[in-house]
Amino acid sequence: MGSALLALVGVLVSTYLYLYKLGLLGAIACGTGGCETVQLSEYSRFLGIEVPLIGLLGYLAILGLALAGIQPKWESARWPAQALLGLTGGGVAFTVYLTWIELFVLHAICRWCVGSAVIILLLFLLALLDVRRHRHT
Amino acid sequence: MAQARPSMTRFYLLLLAVAVAGGGALWWVVRGSAPKSIPANIEVSAADTAGFRGYILGSDTAPVEITEFGDYQCPACGQFEQMQFPTVRAQLVETGRIRWRYMDFPLDNIHRWARLAAHAAACADEQGHYWPMHELLFRNQAVWSSDSRAGSLFRDYAGQVGVDLGRYDSCMNDIKYAGRIQAMAEQGIRTGVNATPTLLIGGRLYNYIGSDQIKALVDSLEQAATP
Repeated sequence: MGSALLALVGVLVSTYLYLYKLGLLGAIACGTGGCETVQLSEYSRFLGIEVPLIGLLGYLAILGLALAGIQPKWESARWPAQALLGLTGGGVAFTVYLTWIELFVLHAICRWCVGSAVIILLLFLLALLDVRRHRHT
Repeated sequence: MAQARPSMTRFYLLLLAVAVAGGGALWWVVRGSAPKSIPANIEVSAADTAGFRGYILGSDTAPVEITEFGDYQCPACGQFEQMQFPTVRAQLVETGRIRWRYMDFPLDNIHRWARLAAHAAACADEQGHYWPMHELLFRNQAVWSSDSRAGSLFRDYAGQVGVDLGRYDSCMNDIKYAGRIQAMAEQGIRTGVNATPTLLIGGRLYNYIGSDQIKALVDSLEQAATP
């Protein structure tokens, strides 16, 4: 349940950043001023795709898996937890790469990106606990 | 039909509440954000142009005035700004021989961001940063012209030239200078402008001309004015 709720918050955060990338927000709410530097940089696209869109699709997939995992018919199934672990593991790796770019290339920190990093890390830890729980049952 | 457990029902309600609250907040932010376009079909009032003759560069006592009707998104205007204007500025404006007057003439039907750029420049002008903003808009024309985030990029440029972004945001949100921009465009039409850049020199209109030709025209105007 916690995973679904966190993933929903992730969906909202990434939607906000994607709306900015679409030009639908005049300015981004960011106390540090680093958000626009990050979002307007060349690193705001990955393989030609806007990074917030990747985040949005990722969080939607996580939300779907988290909701599937709490359905009565799949409550004892291992695959939702394993798929969540794989997806959130990929998300953490991608977040590490983006944070490295922020810190050492752009020298700018986007608070929304930090928020997303915390969310994906918590999702990964919850998925890890879930997989362990399934192993012991 | 299977019944959801009470705890699950509460959870789904919580999820729905977060989704509705978050979606509502996003909708509110998008709705209240800076304008994506500046209205052109606006009625110009006297207050829009009170005390304003265009963006002036150079001495009030310069014997010749050149008026440029320009569009920030027009590639020829961008090229003129980069290739010709630095020479004109150094040889004619800064030496006190001419006064340069820039007037907005946004070609809305082909340049979707031209009027928004003109408004961004007007908001920079309000804080005394017009010419650096003008220069930055033209220098980065290729960057923002095809970018859906043009408004955000303009704000970024405003910050780079030292504009207070709080006041800039208010200015943009209030569409404060839409009337002034429209007044300049209407003046261009009355003058006979139909393309950009158009220069008004000694009562005649010229399309894109180089700095050498501008200098030659100024020379002849000065000679004609000499008794």
